[in-house]
Amino acid sequence: MSDDLLSLASRCIRCGFCQDACPTYKLTASETASPRGRIRLMVSVTGEGKSLTPDLIHAMDLCLGCRACETACPSGVEYGRMLEIFRHRIEASSARPRVQHASKAGLIAMMERPAAFAASLKIAAGARRVSGNDPIPSPIVRAITGGKADQLLMPTADLPESTSPLPEISPASGKRRHTVAILPGCVMQVLYDRVHRATIRVLQKVGCDVLAPRALGCCGALDIHAGFLSSGLERARAFLRTLQTLDYDAFVVNSAGCGSTLTEYGDLLADDPVHSYEARTFAAKVVDISTFLDDHGPLSFTGRFERTVAYHHACHLAHGQRVVEPPRRLLEQVPGLRLVPLAESDLCCGSAGTYNITQPDMAKRLLDRKVDNILKTGAEIVAMGNPGCMAWIQTGLQERGSAVRIMHTVEIVDAAL
Amino acid sequence: MMLCTEIGLAQLEQELALALGPDAVLSSPADVLAYDGDAYPAARQAPALVTLPTCTEQVSTVVRLCNRYGTPFVPRGAGTGLSGGATPSPGSVVISLARMNRVLEVDPENRRAVVEAGCPNIAVSRAVEAYGLHYAPDPSSQTVCTIGGNIAENAGGPHTLKYGVTVNHVLGVTMVLADGSIVTAGGKADDPGAFDLVGVIVGSEGTFGIVTEATLRLTPLPQAVRTLLAIYDRVESCTSSVVAIVGAGVLPCALEMIDQTILLAIEDAFQMGFPGDARAVLTIELDGSEAGSAEEAAIAREVCLQHGAREVREAATPEERARLWLARKKGVGTTGRLASTIVTQDGAIPRSRLPDVLSGIAECAERHRIRVCNIFHAGDGNLHPCVLYDQADPDESARVHAFNEDVLRLCVEAGGTITGEHGVGIEKREAMRLMFSEPDLQLMHRLRETFDPEGLCNPGKMLPCP
Repeated sequence: MSDDLLSLASRCIRCGFCQDACPTYKLTASETASPRGRIRLMVSVTGEGKSLTPDLIHAMDLCLGCRACETACPSGVEYGRMLEIFRHRIEASSARPRVQHASKAGLIAMMERPAAFAASLKIAAGARRVSGNDPIPSPIVRAITGGKADQLLMPTADLPESTSPLPEISPASGKRRHTVAILPGCVMQVLYDRVHRATIRVLQKVGCDVLAPRALGCCGALDIHAGFLSSGLERARAFLRTLQTLDYDAFVVNSAGCGSTLTEYGDLLADDPVHSYEARTFAAKVVDISTFLDDHGPLSFTGRFERTVAYHHACHLAHGQRVVEPPRRLLEQVPGLRLVPLAESDLCCGSAGTYNITQPDMAKRLLDRKVDNILKTGAEIVAMGNPGCMAWIQTGLQERGSAVRIMHTVEIVDAAL
Repeated sequence: MMLCTEIGLAQLEQELALALGPDAVLSSPADVLAYDGDAYPAARQAPALVTLPTCTEQVSTVVRLCNRYGTPFVPRGAGTGLSGGATPSPGSVVISLARMNRVLEVDPENRRAVVEAGCPNIAVSRAVEAYGLHYAPDPSSQTVCTIGGNIAENAGGPHTLKYGVTVNHVLGVTMVLADGSIVTAGGKADDPGAFDLVGVIVGSEGTFGIVTEATLRLTPLPQAVRTLLAIYDRVESCTSSVVAIVGAGVLPCALEMIDQTILLAIEDAFQMGFPGDARAVLTIELDGSEAGSAEEAAIAREVCLQHGAREVREAATPEERARLWLARKKGVGTTGRLASTIVTQDGAIPRSRLPDVLSGIAECAERHRIRVCNIFHAGDGNLHPCVLYDQADPDESARVHAFNEDVLRLCVEAGGTITGEHGVGIEKREAMRLMFSEPDLQLMHRLRETFDPEGLCNPGKMLPCP
């Protein structure tokens, strides 16, 4: 894997064109907090025998993994891939304090298990109601942030009181044109069951039989992005095995972070003797809901959505999957909807998987910047395509007492279809 | 002695942190490693410390403290330079202007703007666009490179063919001298009124002091712009078209050539729809009035076809024009797809010598067994042969070194210079001797000593060792 990293790094000619795309460089103006600087550091450890010092690990931890640098890079450096490999190297070493490593792993393990995640959220909400205090005890916060914070701003979402599981098969309304599978996921099904239901309804209306396989677990994206590559790949293999018996034309995803990893299964499992072929053929079927609807449009809207809407680009959609135009085109088609421009719409909001927990300071600065930009638009609703951004930006808006609401793009389509 | 230095450095760091705040002084191994160079690959040196001042007074403080400790200092903008101008000297303090990135004042009536040195080039044009103005010099790295860096290198860009290079657009500067004192040179007026110090400072590559603010000339946006793309089966047809277009009395605002090797990399990056078998393309931009630019475009098109262009396309929409410029400006950046190490040469020659010098470079590359591709400002004869190689291969690196020297000699012999816009930096110090006599160089050394008697300000750059 070292060879992989060095050969990926050889694409970088240090032209610096990535700098203005990088959120942490924008905020710090520090080369160490820029993609070019981080590539320099990754190479120093991988190819020049430098050690994983705490300051170097911190520089890598400060990266959001938003991959805006990849969009900006003319040389085609696969920064996201390099980051995954290098983060794996950090976590697989003993360079990080054990307590921090374990609490990070624990956080991800909890989020990947819907029952555990839902239970922790309920406990947290209860604690907040009773004491008004931060729901996570400060020793845990200190462990997870490497001592950089005592308290955390927790991402919030309106949790449904109780949810029945999604139907495993939802038939097309009218003539069936396709059979598609969707990803119930881990975080998504706990926080945004309503988005899943909207996704299913919309897909049914465009003529899809929709499969929502209950046995499908987490896709491994959270692990892989955080440096737990081995467990992430194990999840990916299990995921593929579960899908083996299903027959579908497309695998439709409404969570950008997951979609980004799922489209990369082919590369991630390229060397796997058992799963490589399957991973490649599966990855080719993965498509974001906005692209799927855009490809199968124009949609026949029957209702209207009389709202002013701004669109926020989730990083793993715009940069990770290069899905930029389809969601905007969909929104523009919705009768009654006024789409207004959002400044820095493709700048990360700071959510970034578990980043808002592990790097609370930088995450909050980016959130404030995002909320400032949103409040300037005059929009009533901000649309986006990723659960992490939805919960985090909602938190930021609530903190300011704003009435601006967060919706997934597909929820808006559903409201007017 | 070593111990003394370390203690001195620790004290310097402490004093800097006290003056600037702890988050403005970086000293950890990872931090200094990230600052070990710019976009010139062949020289790397981590500094001792990095400082990120936020105002002219802070820059002055850093310089004064460096003087007290006898520590050299190196100014840095965005680190996009191609000649090693921002490569730290051993044991030096990097003074990054990246946090001084504001547009301080826009004066549309008098077409002036005052900006901080760390302001990105593109940010100036964005700030004045609403007044129908822009800042004309437009280096390919303009989305990130800073005005301070542009001033240090006297940067150019595609549109300098018609509008001139940086020195033609800088009216005044605020500068921290090498001893920490703050001076201003020039101002808002067109005539400096005394010695043309601005002319001396622009292009001095950060060896005379650190420019912290600049008053810039703004240029009206043209009424009409037309962008043509001429496609060629032979490189010679392309270069002779360049000579002929200007010879026909047309002055395009940009005249840019890209050869086949880079075209393929650009195609890989941006899917432009360039024909894969074309040996070269020429981007020709004409601006002015609607009627005038249309007439000039017709002439340019005719000349290109006469000189063997296979096809001449015209950008039909502003989006198409933007796409063509994206390809051109990010073109050098796409070369990372072709090799692990890239050095971009920068010789400038009289336009009329383009056809023979370009073939001379191709022969030279063959002789040294070096892969070279070309993407450059053909209109003003500013060549950018990009050398594609692997720095880790010592034999190839030696051949590249020899090739580079031959190319610079070729340019000088053709009546040109060793650098059009990238600066001398570390890369071309010794090549200065190709162009300048010993008395010429001595004059430059004396001028430099006047500004920096202690030799602490970006030492080891630009002038060959005496």
